[in-house]
Amino acid sequence: MKWRVATVVESRAETATARTLVLDVPDWPGHLGGQHVDLRLTADDGYSVQRSYSLASPDRVEIAVQRVDDGEVSPYLTDVFAVGDAIELRGPVGGWFVWRPAATEPVLLVAGGSGIVPLMAMIRARRAAGSKVPFRLIYSVRTPEEIFYADELRRPDPGVDVSYVFSRKAPEGARRPVKRIGLADVTTHGWPPDFQPSCFVCGPTGFVETVADLLVAVGHDPSRVKTERFG
Amino acid sequence: MALITPGFRGRRRDGGVELPPGQYPTEDFPVLSAGPTPRVPVDRWEFAILTETGEKHTWSWPELLALPSQTPTVDIHCVTKWSKLRTNWQGVSLDLLMENVESAADYAVIHSYGGYTTNLPVEDLLDGQAWIAYRFDGDDLAPEHGGPARLLVPHLYFWKSAKWVRGIELTLADEPGFWETAGYHNYGDPWLEQRYRGD
Ligand SMILES: Cc1cc2nc3c(=O)[nH]c(=O)nc-3n(C[C@H](O)[C@H](O)[C@H](O)COP(=O)(O)OP(=O)(O)OC[C@H]3O[C@@H](n4cnc5c(N)ncnc54)[C@H](O)[C@@H]3O)c2cc1C
Repeated sequence: MKWRVATVVESRAETATARTLVLDVPDWPGHLGGQHVDLRLTADDGYSVQRSYSLASPDRVEIAVQRVDDGEVSPYLTDVFAVGDAIELRGPVGGWFVWRPAATEPVLLVAGGSGIVPLMAMIRARRAAGSKVPFRLIYSVRTPEEIFYADELRRPDPGVDVSYVFSRKAPEGARRPVKRIGLADVTTHGWPPDFQPSCFVCGPTGFVETVADLLVAVGHDPSRVKTERFG
Repeated sequence: MALITPGFRGRRRDGGVELPPGQYPTEDFPVLSAGPTPRVPVDRWEFAILTETGEKHTWSWPELLALPSQTPTVDIHCVTKWSKLRTNWQGVSLDLLMENVESAADYAVIHSYGGYTTNLPVEDLLDGQAWIAYRFDGDDLAPEHGGPARLLVPHLYFWKSAKWVRGIELTLADEPGFWETAGYHNYGDPWLEQRYRGD
């Protein structure tokens, strides 16, 4: 897996603290929804670090980075890195946490924060392929302002049901109390286990652990619960 | 060689050379194996990387020796609590061996002559972190230390550095190996004392 040079061709704010970057990568071999890339940053004295970012789109190298205020890399990517800049990139990486358009079982996506990114790639891949497989997305964010892809998720996409879990502040009129994701969210907005859905859970490690445990506790086959931990 | 990222400074962490928790330093080189020492004549030796799509890349002994080698000096840490500091090796970087291997796999299962296996994430094999080593302290690698060639992944407990290495199988799902299915930790970071399952 070789390092390639990727150039930013588009950059737009996703939320006040997150940014979508579209990269041009010569000879990109293509990828599946759910795969990620590794970026390598090198300071002028040779100091170098790498981070992983999920691909957000099935047909182009698009990522979305959430700024972690005391982070080493993400503030650079959200605040400094701009159209025309180049970076080293390797990928696509990861062949397990993927959705293939030929799959026929129902899909449950559970996202925590920036964990939406690879799941959005799956939703977009479904649309691009004209798949009729029913999808359900449970998207947990702290506040309505932190929703990535808000407009796109609001537009009707037949067969894709979206529900939100707000953990700190809910929009006006919301009936669900503000709290972390729990059993009721998963049973109300997920699929019953006997539908044998494929479940994809992505987000910070603690979120992923909680949700994966809940899914197994309500009877989902552990081998159908795939997880991606953002650390 | 590396592309500079303009304006990126990073946040350096200084690497104090202490021992991982629970380890003691040793001067000799203990031998611990899961079974009898396989003796593999180099004219029958072969090393293979097998991808998840079934593509196979192989190297004979002369082919391996013909590749550019590196001479890492590294600290090694055994789960049985000894650490050996500044050991000198010669071998071929996995970066070089993986360079033309097209794979999306996240995991690797290392296979040894003799049947031993161990698993680790592919990313732990790349970026100057792993070698197929065939010389130790200037001499050919002795059979009891894994000769003719062993994997060397010094940042993980040494049971991951499979002796008598025969091949690397790239897999989409993690497949625990010999010690990992026998109750050892799946990853084995010495700095986190990941000795046994659940640590
Ligand atoms: C497969 C995968 C896909 C990912 N996809 C995305 C994505 O699509 N979008 C996205 O935004 N992120 C994604 N991530 C996360 C991303 O890789 C980075 O971890 C994230 O951007 C934070 O990096 P950073 O350098 O800004 O923060 P870091 O500097 O790594 O810091 C992260 C946090 O850890 C703490 N920390 C750092 N170092 C130490 C230390 N030595 N000791 C104690 N605490 C420490 C910091 O205080 C901070 O709170 C993904 C991760 C993985 C593994």
